[in-house]
Amino acid sequence: MQTDTAISVHGLEKSYKNVNVLKNIDFTVQKGTIFALLGSNGAGKTTTVKVLTTLLKPDSGTATVNGFDVASKPDNVRRAISLTGQFAAVDEIMTGRENLIMIAKLRYLSNPRRVADDLLRRFGLTDAADRRVSTYSGGMRRRLDIALSLVGKPQIIFLDEPTTGLDPEARIEVWKIIKELADGGTTVFLTTQYLEEAEQLADRIAILHEGRIIVNGTLSELKRLFPSPKVEYIEKQPTLEDIFLAIVGKKEGK
Amino acid sequence: MEAVKKHFFSDMGVMLGRSMRHITRSMDTIITVTIMPIALMLLFVYVFGGAIQAGTDNYVNYLLPGVLLIAIASGISYTAFRLFTDVQRGIFERFHTMPISRSTLLWGHVLTSLLSNAISVVVIILVALVMGFRSSAGILSWLAVAGILALFTLALTWVAAIAGLSAKSVDGASALSYPIIFLPFISSAFVPTESMPSVVRAFAENQPVTSIVGAIRALLSDQPVGNDIWVALAWCIGILLVAYFFAMRVYKKRV
Ligand SMILES: Nc1ncnc2c1ncn2[C@@H]1O[C@H](COP(=O)(O)OP(=O)(O)O)[C@@H](O)[C@H]1O
Ligand SMILES: [Mg+2]
Repeated sequence: MQTDTAISVHGLEKSYKNVNVLKNIDFTVQKGTIFALLGSNGAGKTTTVKVLTTLLKPDSGTATVNGFDVASKPDNVRRAISLTGQFAAVDEIMTGRENLIMIAKLRYLSNPRRVADDLLRRFGLTDAADRRVSTYSGGMRRRLDIALSLVGKPQIIFLDEPTTGLDPEARIEVWKIIKELADGGTTVFLTTQYLEEAEQLADRIAILHEGRIIVNGTLSELKRLFPSPKVEYIEKQPTLEDIFLAIVGKKEGK
Repeated sequence: MEAVKKHFFSDMGVMLGRSMRHITRSMDTIITVTIMPIALMLLFVYVFGGAIQAGTDNYVNYLLPGVLLIAIASGISYTAFRLFTDVQRGIFERFHTMPISRSTLLWGHVLTSLLSNAISVVVIILVALVMGFRSSAGILSWLAVAGILALFTLALTWVAAIAGLSAKSVDGASALSYPIIFLPFISSAFVPTESMPSVVRAFAENQPVTSIVGAIRALLSDQPVGNDIWVALAWCIGILLVAYFFAMRVYKKRV
């Protein structure tokens, strides 16, 4: 195994009772890169993430994360990863700070309070730190959720549809966070339903369709695969996203 | 694996701290768990009490064991609720992708259940004292009472774990405690079983609550406990083992 490989998947298959969700999946993710698994709803993205994060055992094939087999060495894998699931896994009854301190303690860090303070600042949650998470907006919850995944600086981060359900402004903030992570050397595995998101972030994009990877390459390789659509001359209207951002400005998190 | 084992108690402490925050911050939990049984006790003592022939001059003494069981039965429905939300919110998933001992997750909830129920039991006993509850029991008898109540809580907590882990909705998760709360009413908790029609009486005398209530009542009034305590222990341990087995099965299937 090459030392610069963070994730490698070979012939992975997984079914639930009668649904054959993953049919022979192969891909590798290089260390320090962002890899996007693109697929529509029900394509099997979450199932793939669950196998890679030791939550589900593969039926056949192998998956190695940070050099360890997910099925036979789950504890070693768990020491290297963290998961931000499809739905924000934050404790609503506790405050943002308490959530962070809890995870820091479970990662046996020597100074949980400092770690929490740093992450709160970095994610713009300092003002909301001592409020219960149940009072947070969707975007703040997502940021806290990602912050929780960064506690203890895991080498590989899994983000399952990190921006689904967020408004455009919050989405762009999450994108910024993900880019910073990769710049800092963290390997990011993310799933998304949006081509645009994959384009914005990923070094490599794999398209998952009906349980198979139908395309896997860099953005420019993908662009070459799909000839650009026929050109039409229309006036470019500002997108809904542009309008929205112009109106709301920067309000959230205050 | 070694590292995971080594941190068991530290993980456990974190989980326990988390669940205790949940209890203290959900005032409605505390209110329902202690106020409802206390109200019941007031109702039975001051409204129905005069009409009930329990065969003792102090009806509070007669009533208290059953009220404590009701408090515990309603307390554990929150355990089911808390487990359900943890599964639902993906918090279990987050913890399961971390190198922590998996069993601490469930045990954290179990310990919380024991502690929070202990708190409500103490509060209810204090109120009962104000209402005229008196006991001649010595320290050993009190310890025995505490032991039985803890065992009862533990058994029901694992029943709650099954519900909490397998439920599809919040209502499903907490619905299980309703029949359990109801059991004391068809037992010797409020009135002697001799007053009941034969079919009901047969049920009342052979269900777990009657023997548990009987054992606690005897211990608190310094009477010989007789067979009751063994029947009570057998029920509690039996329910505990069966429920633990099924809860673990559901847990393994779910995660
Ligand atoms: N626990 C499960 N039991 C049975 N089928 C499931 C289960 N989880 C997911 N599925 C099915 O597997 C398919 C892929 O699901 P998933 O991996 O969640 O897709 P995605 O995350 O891409 O939306 C879907 O058809 C879904 O209905
Ligand atoms: Mg999904």
